[in-house]
Amino acid sequence: MSSAAYRRVIEAITRVRGVRGAMLVAAADGLIVADALMEGIRGNAVAALAASLVKRVGNASEASGVGRPHFVQLRGTEGMLLTLPTGEELLLVAVADPDVNVGLVRLEMLRAAEGLA
Amino acid sequence: MVDDLHALRAELARDPESLVFLRLGEMLRVAGEPDAAARVTLDGLHRHPHLADAHDLYARILADVGDLERAGDEWSTALSLAPRHGGAHKGLGFLAFRQRDFEAALEHLELALASDPSDPTVVQALHTVRQAFEDRMAAPPASASIGAARQAFGGLEGAEDGLLLVDPQGLVMAGRIAVGGVDQGEIVAAYLAGASQEAARTARLIGLGDWTAILAEGPAGHVHIAPPTPAALLLVRRDRSVPPGRLQIVAERAADAARSWLEEAAR
Repeated sequence: MSSAAYRRVIEAITRVRGVRGAMLVAAADGLIVADALMEGIRGNAVAALAASLVKRVGNASEASGVGRPHFVQLRGTEGMLLTLPTGEELLLVAVADPDVNVGLVRLEMLRAAEGLA
Repeated sequence: MVDDLHALRAELARDPESLVFLRLGEMLRVAGEPDAAARVTLDGLHRHPHLADAHDLYARILADVGDLERAGDEWSTALSLAPRHGGAHKGLGFLAFRQRDFEAALEHLELALASDPSDPTVVQALHTVRQAFEDRMAAPPASASIGAARQAFGGLEGAEDGLLLVDPQGLVMAGRIAVGGVDQGEIVAAYLAGASQEAARTARLIGLGDWTAILAEGPAGHVHIAPPTPAALLLVRRDRSVPPGRLQIVAERAADAARSWLEEAAR
């Protein structure tokens, strides 16, 4: 899949009201594969930190007996980070406002993941 | 040394855009002049904000003066600019070790070693962390945690299994997470060591404000992780029959109970 095609898939996520940006990240090293971000979002930082956090949370979840997570949210007072692994190697990441409709973003992320498969 | 400092200062004065600020800042840091080192490095960072080496240097200056939180932010920034930066991995490995987050420490130090296989300090640090990690895994589970759980979460749904309160060093304070009848609390707690700091750093650097919770949905259930106090982390696990929205309510009640218990214990 070309970079333009990756970008088209993830742009659908950013059409949900309250989503500040979305990106596709290499899960192993946190490098950006494709992104569609609003001005002011530090893409490199989001990618690296999201990949690292998901790895840590994944380890804790597995040890807890619930298995490797297929959706992880980090909630903050001023926004949230939503991540969804697509296969073994890639991670879909969205940054959104705190009052975003999480269910809708999740749905668009699942659709995007299907589009990437 | 003094002559070198003069020469580097003169070179930087001649060409303020020069990367010589890295050598000057490092020399001042090593000479025990953190304020001067920070001034030189911040000025360089102002001119070269995307230079990972400069963020690494500033992080080491901050670590020298004990500001580990901001040092961690700078190393994370360095890694976001250069994901294989050995110095940043070494620094974050050091921070993770201090937080007793041995798994993250091992991962960062192994990446630091891959970046510079000849660095003896990394080899030694890896040896120390591996030993500490093995010791922790060999330690028997804390039998007091079930009794503490009854006190901390008594009356709450799943009070004796599925709630785990840990300290920032990854030690169980109360609660139990059983998998197949075997308590996995110590292992889960070890994975959570440093998670609060990492979540805080991630939220801060991405512009999410203060972090309030992490929710992870897995194939066999969900976990909710939140800080009931700045010095504790609460993990709530439920199977898939409990939807994430309901899990959040359960987690909020458990956090209230944990806060009360911690306040009581502190008296």
